[in-house]
Amino acid sequence: MYGFGVIKGMLVTLKNFVLSYFTKERLTTVQYPEERLPEKERFRNFPFLIYDDKPEDLRCVSCDICAKECPPKCITIVRDTDAQGKPLKRPKVFDIDFSICMNCGICEEVCPFDAIFMDHEFELGEYGRFEELNYHKEDLLKSAEYFAQIRPTDAALIEAKRRQKEAKGAHPTSPTPPIPPPSS
Amino acid sequence: MNQLDQIFVTAKASLLEAAEHFLPDWMVVVVSILVSIIAIAVFGPVTMMYLTLLERKLVGRIQNRYGPNRVGAWGLLQPIADGVKMLTKEDIVPLGADRFAHFLAPVIIVIPALLIFSVIPFGRGMTAVDLSVGVLLFLALASTTTIWIFVASWGSRNKFSLLGGMRSVAQMISYEIPMVLSIVPVLLVVGSFSTVRIVEAQDGWSWFVFTPWGVLGFLIFFLTGVAEVNRTPFDLPEGESEIVAGFHTEYSGMKFALFYMAEFMNTFSVSAIVATLYLGGWQGPWLPSWLWFFIKTYALICVMMWFRGTFPRFRVDQLMGFAWKFLLPLSLVNLLVAGLWLHLKPPANHLVSLAALALSLVVLYQANRPDIPKKRNYRYAEAN
Amino acid sequence: MEYELKESPTLDTQALEVSLGPQHPSTHGVFRMNVKLDGETIVQLKPVMGYLHRNHEKLAENMSWLGSMPYTDRLDYICSMTNNFAYALAVEKLAGLEVPERAQYVRVIMAELTRLVNHTLLVGFLLNDLGAFFTPVLYAFREREKILDLFEAVAGSRMMCNYFRFGGVKIDVTDDFIPQVKQIIRRYPKFLDEFETLLSENEILMARCQKVGILPRELAINAGVSGPMLRASGVPYDIRKVDHYSIYDRFPFRVPIGEAGDVYDRYYVRILEMRESIKILEQAVREIPAGPTISPVGLTGAKSPRNFKPPKGDAYGRIEAPKGELGFYVVSDGSAKPYRYHVRAPSFINLTILEDMCLGYKVADAIIILGSIDIVLGEVDR
Repeated sequence: MYGFGVIKGMLVTLKNFVLSYFTKERLTTVQYPEERLPEKERFRNFPFLIYDDKPEDLRCVSCDICAKECPPKCITIVRDTDAQGKPLKRPKVFDIDFSICMNCGICEEVCPFDAIFMDHEFELGEYGRFEELNYHKEDLLKSAEYFAQIRPTDAALIEAKRRQKEAKGAHPTSPTPPIPPPSS
Repeated sequence: MNQLDQIFVTAKASLLEAAEHFLPDWMVVVVSILVSIIAIAVFGPVTMMYLTLLERKLVGRIQNRYGPNRVGAWGLLQPIADGVKMLTKEDIVPLGADRFAHFLAPVIIVIPALLIFSVIPFGRGMTAVDLSVGVLLFLALASTTTIWIFVASWGSRNKFSLLGGMRSVAQMISYEIPMVLSIVPVLLVVGSFSTVRIVEAQDGWSWFVFTPWGVLGFLIFFLTGVAEVNRTPFDLPEGESEIVAGFHTEYSGMKFALFYMAEFMNTFSVSAIVATLYLGGWQGPWLPSWLWFFIKTYALICVMMWFRGTFPRFRVDQLMGFAWKFLLPLSLVNLLVAGLWLHLKPPANHLVSLAALALSLVVLYQANRPDIPKKRNYRYAEAN
Repeated sequence: MEYELKESPTLDTQALEVSLGPQHPSTHGVFRMNVKLDGETIVQLKPVMGYLHRNHEKLAENMSWLGSMPYTDRLDYICSMTNNFAYALAVEKLAGLEVPERAQYVRVIMAELTRLVNHTLLVGFLLNDLGAFFTPVLYAFREREKILDLFEAVAGSRMMCNYFRFGGVKIDVTDDFIPQVKQIIRRYPKFLDEFETLLSENEILMARCQKVGILPRELAINAGVSGPMLRASGVPYDIRKVDHYSIYDRFPFRVPIGEAGDVYDRYYVRILEMRESIKILEQAVREIPAGPTISPVGLTGAKSPRNFKPPKGDAYGRIEAPKGELGFYVVSDGSAKPYRYHVRAPSFINLTILEDMCLGYKVADAIIILGSIDIVLGEVDR
């Protein structure tokens, strides 16, 4: 009959309307900011630098690999020097421009020293677009306990790996050996 | 119960009595008219405001979400927030637009919408003006809306608006004819154009929708009413996804609010007229008459909103085809059947009219066969 | 194809020229169509694109091979996993990398989930173009959210996943991934049934979509159209069956073919494809083995992209993306940066016959025909 498809469609809508009062599945709104969705562990937003005990002993040795591999080139690193001009294994300037960063996570993947990880913070609204979104070293430092809190499994794996490296006696900051060219 | 039923009538009567003491006679008449006018002028826009909220919440629930619920509990202050927003918006008139037409259209389009409220019987003895040609006034005013939509689209100097305006004119005049023809059976049976008399003729449970010609008449009148108000599935003039907003693309701020108000007041008045003509107006047991009237009207409005949440819209030529090739012959047949029903004696009249209607439906369906789409079967590629 | 404007002997008529877009609620992005109308009938249609050009191909020449992987996410921003898949396939062909078993299964699961995501969104938005005021969109999104939540749990991001690497995938799936995929597989057929009841048999939809925007078989083949559009015109060509890439040979699934090539066929072929994807997912989830998720060479390539240097040569890797044939042509000169990198975007190629499909129909039809081609401006303009 001609009109039946239309009536069946209306019944589906009616079913959704009535069930929206009874089941949570048919009323999928989350009333943000009073309710929030549970955070996923691997969610990656912007990066942060990690320190072990005090903010002074950050793990970053300013090797510049993340700045080179970053696809949109949003990381700026300047190596620190001591009084005589000899370079130290520490960054003096470590800027990430959050208006450029595209949250790809490549900096976390390529860091050989487990010094930079992706954070979960997303409520980072600012009133300006330029200097306010350029995060400096002090803004980016977060403790290892914070890392273990937001990403427990990854933190456990990293801790185990670092302990293994130290136990083996190898220098904890040696870079990975060079890659042989792929065979065809 | 009778007291509750007549509460508004007694309120107005006591007010007039109080006024009689210190005002001359002619002024009491003026006061009486003013009270009715103020009641309607307050009731109309307030209804429209809360109808927009009802629509948003209803369609929201259909779509598995809450409607507005941030501004006040259940979003009850949302229309006020909307009103404030509309008032504070910049009033943009396109360069080169016809300023007079652009300004005039939204202002005048509200007037017919409000005027129809004067002939609607809200309850027992609660009609603002008991005209003897009430239904004719409704039909005339519903038609004038068309002109102002076209003026709005022409005065915007925008090709999309022009398309929207043309479509609207074509649609509204095509759907006038089945609408008028589906009202005629009711007039035949009652013998008068007055809305008050029509409701009184349906006393008790003998509403017109329970007769064979009444069912079909109700459906036709309801569908054409939806088309007249430009609501989905007939909302081509403001077809949002194709021509942005159709005839009211270039309007912002309060002028847009006036168009919106006119559309919702039209929705309310068309539902009210359908309820009056076919569903027995304020007739009903136990509850006060005005409560019955509101229940029926709001039920029809909720059905219109249900349509909006479910259906895609028609294309122009299909819309016209539906009106001219299906609804018009059907309403003519309905008229004939109503005449038969009136002339013969029961129970023969019911049987004859039902048979005639069934036959005509079958014939029309067969005649429209080529236009009706069919379901298809699909095949899969050979395995390789 | 030319459409003759009817000349009237007494009236002096002129065709109305309208520009649909670039800001328009229903052109799926910043896309413009210059349309010449005779009343409501379309006489000529010229698409104008390029409003979203972001220089993707040239940017890749300045970055390492892995560095353009996040940019491929943003090509067809709805199905990021399949974009990654095609790029990884092209580079693996070039460098001769092997992919371990578990990674192959994970890749197929992600690709089919992406197909579900894309087709669901398309069906919802096609109905939105028709005027159904967002109800089908929200029903579609309700289901789509569950898959996107899964992507977030595994890859870290709902839409810009950056999950595939050369030689495998970035990281192994979480423990509750497989149970959640099984739950999705259980729910989806019911959702599709409800959706079809709501709209596939709706007379208004059928009247609007049938016999509109017909694409004849020969024209589709000549114009290089691919994907569900080609299959709806009656050509049984699916790259998963033709190229036998990845491990698709192990999954028995059927390829639905349409008859008339109109908008309704394209819509319905996609719904049938979704049902077939669910079958593939069922089998993949059952058979997935344990093992490494990236080959050793791929792992070193991911850890230090600046040392990943494929040998000289070129390769073309293509997959059956949800929108059509997505191909990447990469040329290497032995260094750590590509020498040339080109994307064969399905939406762009499918758009070339928009005019031929729209002539003689009304304005409202042009919008749904565009909706049924399923374009994403990120791909069209790159």
